[in-house]
Amino acid sequence: MNRLSWFNTVSLTLGFAFLYIPMVILVIFSFNASKLVTVWAGFSTKWYGELLGNEAFLDAAWVTLKVAVLSSSIATVLGTMAAYVLVRGGRFLGRTLFSGMIYAPLVMPEVITGLSLLLLFIGIGLDRGVLTIVLAHTTFSMCYVSVVVSSRLVTFDKSLEEAALDLGCSPAQAFRLVTLPIIAPAVISGWLLAFTLSLDDLVIASFTAGPSSTTLPIKIFSAVRLGVSPEINALSTVMISIVTVGVIAASLISKRSMVRQQKDEQEAARAQ
Amino acid sequence: MRRFLLIAVPYFWLLALFLVPFVIVFKISLSDIALAIPPYTPTLDFSAGWAGVRAFFSALDFENFTWLTQDDLYWKAYLSSLWIALISTAITLAVGYPIAYAMARAPEEWRPTLMMLVILPFWTSFLIRVYAWMGILSQEGFLNQFLMWLGIINEPLTILNTNTAVYIGIVYTYLPFMILPIYAALDRLDESLIEAAEDLGCSRLSAFWLVTVPLSRNGIAAGSFLVFIPALGEFVIPSLLGGSGTLMIGKVLWEEFFSNRDWPVASAVAIILLAILVIPIVLFQRNQQKQAEAEQ
Repeated sequence: MNRLSWFNTVSLTLGFAFLYIPMVILVIFSFNASKLVTVWAGFSTKWYGELLGNEAFLDAAWVTLKVAVLSSSIATVLGTMAAYVLVRGGRFLGRTLFSGMIYAPLVMPEVITGLSLLLLFIGIGLDRGVLTIVLAHTTFSMCYVSVVVSSRLVTFDKSLEEAALDLGCSPAQAFRLVTLPIIAPAVISGWLLAFTLSLDDLVIASFTAGPSSTTLPIKIFSAVRLGVSPEINALSTVMISIVTVGVIAASLISKRSMVRQQKDEQEAARAQ
Repeated sequence: MRRFLLIAVPYFWLLALFLVPFVIVFKISLSDIALAIPPYTPTLDFSAGWAGVRAFFSALDFENFTWLTQDDLYWKAYLSSLWIALISTAITLAVGYPIAYAMARAPEEWRPTLMMLVILPFWTSFLIRVYAWMGILSQEGFLNQFLMWLGIINEPLTILNTNTAVYIGIVYTYLPFMILPIYAALDRLDESLIEAAEDLGCSRLSAFWLVTVPLSRNGIAAGSFLVFIPALGEFVIPSLLGGSGTLMIGKVLWEEFFSNRDWPVASAVAIILLAILVIPIVLFQRNQQKQAEAEQ
């Protein structure tokens, strides 16, 4: 295996270098004193200061955050409902159409989703603004939530729910007391996924946003079209740090809950 | 009643905000451009009663689709999108497979960390990851500085605003989608099968081609579709990294809508893109189903 391990080490090193070097360069040059993004001229944090003074970016960040919180929360509720219906709902009229509508947005090009929603909003005379972006983001991210949640629902033991029903729970109680705690980690990762998808989205937001409701990606896109600027590097660094901290924290929490679950299961097995 | 609500709420949400918008796009693709608000004709006029509905339907035609076949711009854009998506999928596979392979061969205790390192870029903003390459690929960018420092080139290369930059951008941003399904397939692979092949006289390389690759076929197919499908309709990468010569249909649709304000043609472009996408999407679904059946 020696020759292979050497090969594997090289491909891992090159692979991760490819994935991470661009972002490392981006972060380093956000601390550059010069306006030129490619020539190093000493350490400075002035671009972060300028960022804090840039009202347009702060306003856009606020709109983006509002949209992301609202749309991911609604999408989590709707997506969890949809997943429950798909996995546990049995047969009903139009089930095939329903599951088709859940999976189609996952593979739909963003330009088409954006165009079609915009034409709908114009058709029904809805003014474009925060509301229309929330509606658009909820629609595509609920599908992602539903895929994440239903993969958890498929693997979990249905007899637990049946036991709760036998012991006198109403279906709603059984869901709240048994099902929800078990699928909670999947629901939370669904929410996180919906949240980041919404933060990240440029194309659909460009179609559905009005002039008074510019989101951060739209602002960044119109700025970087003119070329690279250290201020955008600073903004990117802030966003990359938030995501990194978030992902590491989430994975530590899920690891801890997995360890605890294993311990509980072992104790339950010993008690029997 | 409760069950009805549980089904009806997400159902009607998707009907109203997914299916109905599509019907509207289809309808507008059959309309004509007009100097009005909204900028197309005909619009459905219920006040005229049945005659209004009849007039509406008789004014719809396939003129925009004929137009798309006559003007070179569109079919060239479709072909070049297909080509760019195909080539970049192949490169992503060539780059991603060795990484996935090495991850599956790495010590058990490293694997969760390696997985997280692959997933982390996926959570970071897509736009920022594409933007990062603008500073690297430009004339005075890091890649040119590095290559000149090495003495490989004397003059800076023009990479930004060419198709090469688009390939790099697609490979970079979609690489995690390729690595993860292949890794999942290789992780499940029974090591003893390779040992058996080697015992039976296969060289290491032929054991790889005859055993490992065929057994990771489903992962390769899933990863390739996950790169190919979004790359085909891509807008951000060609518009930031590509040049004026980069023709991709997502960009054409965007410009038709926002710059030319020709909504009927933009809608027709969308309908044809969707028709092209149906083929890989159906193949992808079939692959996923086959995989799910194989696991049972």
